[in-house]
Amino acid sequence: MQGVLAADHHDDYVRAPDLDAAIATLAAGPCRILAGGTDVFPSLQDRPLVGRVLDISGIADLRQITQSDDHWSIGAAVNWRDVIRAALPASFDGLKAAAREVGSWQIQNRATLVGNICNASPAADGVPALLTMDAAVQLQSCRGSRVMPLASFITGNRKTKRAEDEMVTAILVPKTATAGQGYFYKLGARRYLVISIGMVAMRLLCGKQRTISEIAIAVGACSEVATRLHDLEQHLCGQPLAGAADMVSASHFAGLSPIDDVRAPASYRMDAVEESVRRLLVQAGSDIGHEK
Amino acid sequence: MAGISFLLNGKSVTSMARPTTRVSDVLRGDFGLKGTKVGCNAGDCGACTILLDDEPVCSCLVALGQIDGQSVTSVEGLHQSGVIERLQQSFLAHGAAQCGICTPGMLVSAAHLLASTPQPNRAEVEDALGGVLCRCTGYSKIIDAVMQAHSHLPQPMKPGAGNNVGSSIQHLDGVAKVQAGLAYGADKVPANALLLRVIRSPHHYADFEIGDKSAFLAAHPGIVAVFDATDVPGRNCFGVIPLFADQPVFAETTALYRGDAVAAIVGEADVINRFDEAQFPINWQPHETILTPQAALHPDARQMHKGRDGNILVKGFVARGDADAALARAAHRVTIHSSTPFIEHAYIEPEAGYAVREGDRLMIYGCTQAAQMDRDSLAEIMAMDVDAIRVMPSAVGGGFGSKLDISFQPFVALAAWRLNRPVAICYTRGESMRSSTKRHPSDIRLEVGCDADGRISGFVFDGVFNTGAYASWGPTVANRVPVHASGPYVTPDYRASSVAVHTNAPPAGAFRGFGVPQSAVAQECAYDLLAEKLDMDRLAFRRMNALQNNMPTVTGQSFATGVGIAECLAALQAEWNAANARADKFNKDAKNSGSMLRKGIGIASCWYGCGNTSLPNPSTMRMGVTADGACVLHQGAMDIGQGANTVISQIAADALGVPVHSLSLIDGDTDLTPDCGKTSASRQTFVSGKAALLAGRALREVILRHGNVSDDASLMIDAAEIRLVDNVTGGTANIDLSSLPVNAHGYVFMAEETYDPPTTPLDENGQGAPYAVYGYGAQMIELTVDIGLGQVRLEKMTTAHDVGRAINPLLVEGQIEGGAAQGIGLALMEDYLPGRTENLHDYLIPTIGDVPRFEHIIVEVTDAEGPYGAKGLGEHVLIPTAPAIVNAIRQATGVLITHLPATADKIRAALHQQAQELKS
Ligand SMILES: Cc1cc2nc3c(=O)[nH]c(=O)nc-3n(C[C@H](O)[C@H](O)[C@H](O)COP(=O)(O)OP(=O)(O)OC[C@H]3O[C@@H](n4cnc5c(N)ncnc54)[C@H](O)[C@@H]3O)c2cc1C
Ligand code: FES
Ligand code: FES
Repeated sequence: MQGVLAADHHDDYVRAPDLDAAIATLAAGPCRILAGGTDVFPSLQDRPLVGRVLDISGIADLRQITQSDDHWSIGAAVNWRDVIRAALPASFDGLKAAAREVGSWQIQNRATLVGNICNASPAADGVPALLTMDAAVQLQSCRGSRVMPLASFITGNRKTKRAEDEMVTAILVPKTATAGQGYFYKLGARRYLVISIGMVAMRLLCGKQRTISEIAIAVGACSEVATRLHDLEQHLCGQPLAGAADMVSASHFAGLSPIDDVRAPASYRMDAVEESVRRLLVQAGSDIGHEK
Repeated sequence: MAGISFLLNGKSVTSMARPTTRVSDVLRGDFGLKGTKVGCNAGDCGACTILLDDEPVCSCLVALGQIDGQSVTSVEGLHQSGVIERLQQSFLAHGAAQCGICTPGMLVSAAHLLASTPQPNRAEVEDALGGVLCRCTGYSKIIDAVMQAHSHLPQPMKPGAGNNVGSSIQHLDGVAKVQAGLAYGADKVPANALLLRVIRSPHHYADFEIGDKSAFLAAHPGIVAVFDATDVPGRNCFGVIPLFADQPVFAETTALYRGDAVAAIVGEADVINRFDEAQFPINWQPHETILTPQAALHPDARQMHKGRDGNILVKGFVARGDADAALARAAHRVTIHSSTPFIEHAYIEPEAGYAVREGDRLMIYGCTQAAQMDRDSLAEIMAMDVDAIRVMPSAVGGGFGSKLDISFQPFVALAAWRLNRPVAICYTRGESMRSSTKRHPSDIRLEVGCDADGRISGFVFDGVFNTGAYASWGPTVANRVPVHASGPYVTPDYRASSVAVHTNAPPAGAFRGFGVPQSAVAQECAYDLLAEKLDMDRLAFRRMNALQNNMPTVTGQSFATGVGIAECLAALQAEWNAANARADKFNKDAKNSGSMLRKGIGIASCWYGCGNTSLPNPSTMRMGVTADGACVLHQGAMDIGQGANTVISQIAADALGVPVHSLSLIDGDTDLTPDCGKTSASRQTFVSGKAALLAGRALREVILRHGNVSDDASLMIDAAEIRLVDNVTGGTANIDLSSLPVNAHGYVFMAEETYDPPTTPLDENGQGAPYAVYGYGAQMIELTVDIGLGQVRLEKMTTAHDVGRAINPLLVEGQIEGGAAQGIGLALMEDYLPGRTENLHDYLIPTIGDVPRFEHIIVEVTDAEGPYGAKGLGEHVLIPTAPAIVNAIRQATGVLITHLPATADKIRAALHQQAQELKS
């Protein structure tokens, strides 16, 4: 097999030179996919990485952010720093803000966005911003490829719909959902190297007289899977931005189901994300106010 | 097999290691580049930072196969960057490396920043270094060092004879640290060493039975031995306080906490690393877990140790005057209930070392704060003569009290002895956190009153401390707290009791301050409440009650000199006034503009007795001159980054009358240095420093007498000659060293002196003279609270510490900032939950973005007892921090959070409750 560097009776490490080699390796049997390794290695708890490992970090084609007529595509080897550096529409600013808050520079230089969503932590910082842009996930296997909305790809805490022989090749963002400005707010217990207690992403487009013509708001770490606040979005759409923050009420967050854990109690998560949403609306109001 | 080729520090190399090996292990193992440190193996500490294709990454998270064809720069290869020398000089000049274990990661990250941004601002430095944790420095000196690396640095100080004390000389061992050349516990493993792994209890409380060991060995080729309690040749028991020693090397039938050692396996490194612990033949029978003192004190709770009824390890008590009567007549009274959780030391270097059998002797190398104590314990455990054991301390990557207790030493000692091969061990981060000692959780109730003028009238304190599964330093905590709970204030009517209770938690031991930081939270918060009742300024209240010379402490001891708290508080007055004015204005503006930010100012004091409580704790120093003119100081006080090597040398040099840089140092090795006791209780500057002073003076005396000159002579050692000039008579004398007889230690002149601070035992009411010297201090914090989210941002900390005499002002500042950073963690984020926060991902310590700017006022109220008037400092510095922060949060918001850490959610919840109460 191409790309095999070493093997003994129970280890098999494949550094795939290209996508075909990766798909073929997956077809041959289940493997642990290794991208930036920032979730894979810590999960080993100091023990060595053993078993079948498919390393996709060397596939140059996957380390690209590209666009076609109808969507943007973020390849599976693209890391957070790549996103920060990329020239992208303003709707990605929330994603970029999230990128800057991931761990540290050391982490951002390795960790991939695709790894972030595949790891499917409720506190994955990439997910809310991607949800506000209706992102979809492209999966590929020897059986073919399929695309599904990110919102349905992640099914629970550390659970996705990826089949064993599949890998995610890219995150797709439809250009129909890239209008407006992206925002992000992360709540953490310290300045760097911190997993979110809660986070909010927002994408906002204002029309004439500064009324909200398009709005998407997603909240992370307050449910098993980050979710959009559709009720709130509907409630705010068409309203003047100026008073929007005051229209936010606790009932709009009723669909969330935060948990108590070492980072914070559920009640604080609810309270704080509600406040964060208000702040993003206020911030948007002052940003747009300055533009005019 | 072709191996993986890559560029390493500019050279093309190939590694034959498994491609899934972590790059950090490849660099350290295959290429011997030990500058890359491993603190967590999980991306959380940044000690392993390298540049991969010129970008900083954690090498512990990269597989060897992933760097095929790429370029790696480790700290050793930074000289190509062109900025590293300046950066190293700047780190030295600012004292930015204390223990030095984080320094390589800091340097790599900083060099990367400076390559693109030669003159970074503070925010840029913070962003670039945010991924590297430091537990020693409080980061401020590191930020300064990076920001100023481009500028002209002053020449390092090289003081002459007589001017050593008081000079901010650089750490004497600093160069090796900034060049990443210092060997820590894991950096020196002999090539043929076997690796040992400890099998530990996964349960908080369980009986166990180990299965068939020979069958296990037969089924696991590569594992050469299994050891358990039945293999311990001597006493299967150790403990830092002999009377209370209770911790087994290996538990025999019952594991008392999650992390308790039950067995060890030894074998080839690769086999041991890959061993799946589920394969170990052991049967567990878990019991109901007791994790809180409340549960342990319940009459039905299982008793954990024979002779410790009710699971009570020890009680402490101090009483003076009539506290109840004073409270009854007080004009104002307040009560406080405070609590603090387990606090992990979180040094960046996990425990590591190795042992070698050398004939009839055993040599143990590794990180420790107490080489002599290790040696004595190992002798008992191994049933060997003390002289047959040699402990060679490595450089220590942070200790803060936890490395006073034995950890890895007996395992490797036993295995090396039995197998007659070097045996090494390196704890994982999880293992270190699970098994090592912690700061005692506290649960404190305090009632204190004052008269109508504000003088303290009655103080009743009751503290319950969770001491975990084994005694460790629990008795010390229980004894220290009642002695210190008053704070440095006049408290004539006082009663304080404490109890240390066993639970199935990790043993709680020594951590900077031995319980006093916990009790200070209750006391200092209560004093803010009293000041409020009096409608009196909070600083004025403290100044009025401050202890003075010749006034009895709560143990009835009076000091004729050196009580410096009033001076510390006075030193803060100007900044206090200015900061409060800033806060008033800020808050008025914030309310007008609808901002959610509120500024608060807080203050708190500390005092702390230096040395052991009412117990002998001598230090001995040896100093000698060799026939070829080398002047050698045998300095056994372990330097764990705090600078003992430097400070004690400065004292010894001035005592002898030579420049400090002319001294050679021999440190730590138990074969070569006399006993300096342990590095704890802030005793090294004071106790060992005094011994160094006496040794230096004695050596000087011997030399001057030999040259027959008066006491007022100057002394110059030059090659094999000492030149003496009598400053009174003008007479000179030259001593030809090569012509003198050499003694058994190899010296032509030698002196050895011991100092043991004078103390007296405490009576049944805790009255007596527990310490020869106290140190004092006060800290002020300026912070903002976001009342919408409950988040706290620290802005500025101003400190005033009375150190008696600052032997080295730069090092004093470093100690203060490092201690304060730990106090910040205690106040705002740290919470060790056994079984839940056993890694640096979930156990949060402050990062570079979480510390305030610092301003220091060093107060020098000299003490008659200490060397050149010096007092201890190392532990004092974190005592006032947490209460100052809590008090500032209260001033900003009106809510008092006494159950630490004061996390955002607690502050929000309290604000919520406050709002409800205002409504109703
Ligand atoms: C110190 C530290 C701090 C961190 N801070 C943050 C933070 O602030 N916010 C945050 O959200 N996360 C944080 N993380 C988590 C982590 O960095 C992210 O989740 C990261 O984006 C994962 O990407 P990776 O490339 O490293 O994934 P990997 O570790 O390589 O893989 C993660 C998981 O995804 C799978 N996978 C990877 N690629 C694919 C693919 N193409 N197809 C299918 N499956 C795949 C892997 O098999 C694995 O299960 C932190 C991690 C560390 C160590
Ligand atoms: S050892 Fe790699 S980050 Fe801690
Ligand atoms: S100097 Fe930074 S961890 Fe010790």
